[in-house]
Amino acid sequence: MKGNNAYLLAAYALTWIIHITYLATIVSRYSQLKREIDSLRKNK
Amino acid sequence: MSAPAGITRVTLLKDLRLEWRSKDASNSMLFFSLLVVVVFSFSFDPSAEESRQIAGGLIWVAFLFAAVVALNQTWAREIRNQVLDAYRVSPAPANSLFLAKVVGNFIFVSVLEALMTPLFIAFYRLRSIGPAWQLLVVAVLGTWALVVNGTFFAAMSLRTRSREIMLPLLLFPISLPAILAMVQATTAILNGEGARFWMTLLVTYDLVFTTVCLLLFETVLHAE
Amino acid sequence: MKRLFPILGVVTAALLVYALYMALIGAPTEQTMGNVQRIFYYHVPSAWTAFVLFFVNFGASLVYLVKRKAAADMVALVSAEVGVVFCTVVLVTGPIWARPVWGIWWTWDMRLTSTLVLWLIYVSYLFLRRFSSSGETPTLAAALAVLGALCVPFVYFSIWFFRTQHPQPVMGGGGSIDPRMLHVLLINWLAFSCFAFLVCWSRYRLEKLQREVDQAHALESLMAPRGSVR
Repeated sequence: MKGNNAYLLAAYALTWIIHITYLATIVSRYSQLKREIDSLRKNK
Repeated sequence: MSAPAGITRVTLLKDLRLEWRSKDASNSMLFFSLLVVVVFSFSFDPSAEESRQIAGGLIWVAFLFAAVVALNQTWAREIRNQVLDAYRVSPAPANSLFLAKVVGNFIFVSVLEALMTPLFIAFYRLRSIGPAWQLLVVAVLGTWALVVNGTFFAAMSLRTRSREIMLPLLLFPISLPAILAMVQATTAILNGEGARFWMTLLVTYDLVFTTVCLLLFETVLHAE
Repeated sequence: MKRLFPILGVVTAALLVYALYMALIGAPTEQTMGNVQRIFYYHVPSAWTAFVLFFVNFGASLVYLVKRKAAADMVALVSAEVGVVFCTVVLVTGPIWARPVWGIWWTWDMRLTSTLVLWLIYVSYLFLRRFSSSGETPTLAAALAVLGALCVPFVYFSIWFFRTQHPQPVMGGGGSIDPRMLHVLLINWLAFSCFAFLVCWSRYRLEKLQREVDQAHALESLMAPRGSVR
């Protein structure tokens, strides 16, 4: 039964890896767009 | 005859005439169907007892492939001749056009199935323990399910990138319950068991999706 | 409004930590499966959250078809995307749980199979959104969402009946659940629901900004510099 704890850890870890990866893509796209809109506004 | 029904009939006859005249497309489709059956026979040993047990599934997967290729074909011609733009401008109700397209596709795919079925029966030495007419009912219901959704998604995919892959991409997930039902019903009938639940599911599925596709087609046609 | 976000963020984080503690330590250990059963506290709430999100997608798509409001379209997109993320978690944690308990990576049990089909339907929805031409995307996507949502009862009925004919190991235990475990399950569901809400809100803000940028670009190309005409 001891080895099973590895599965438990893997499940929880993967859950958070998935969520954090998704959040990271949102954050990175957001900052990229923010830069873009700032430069667009400056060029006006 | 009421106007919408008249439009459906006219459009359907036009499509059938065109299909009959462009024998190249039809012939290549027929040959494709034959090839699918042969490929399956090579992949799933027809002499093995297991293959006979999964014959229901094999046939429907083969039909599914043929249907997808056929559906892509029928819309390809429309695009070439910018027929869809003509539909949008015409005062004809969208449902009539949709229904005509679905019936036309249904006839076309049924012809392909009618060719593939005797081949399957011969190659796999299939015998039906249950009544064969029930198999025909399942074939009609199942084909209708694939074709009504397929025609709808084909119309949706017309202006998308990678149009030809979009059709199966959209069609397969939504068709899964129907596919399960078709295969299970076919297998049950072949083995002489009852298929009442699966047939009821198929009928309900067909009714629901035909209705909703008819209701939504106008919206999809004018989506821009 | 803007200040609400960080506050909710802190509350959600606290809830998640508490829920994690309860799942790993607070909840009683299951008799037959041992500690591995605790995956249940992440697996099931993720599934429930995904279903709620897909339901939201259905509602938003209907609203869009009737009212044609851009906000409805954005809610539909966001709920589908976040729903797929949660669905992915269900499909990943499921096999990890199945393997030590039943020795197999996949069991065609009701929840896992129907989640797989749901995942496929909504991934195809996301593909349509990406591949269709931007003018018609909201309408087409909404139509697909309605069809997808209508498919859900069929998915459940067909798989349920198939299961009764071909029984397979059921995950998550069929019968009644220990009230202490139910308590932990619900806490995790609450925590993940709040988390999902925040993720959706973030994604919504991102989408709004994206559309603003697209509009700005479109405007820019319309007012092209003089001398570039013909």
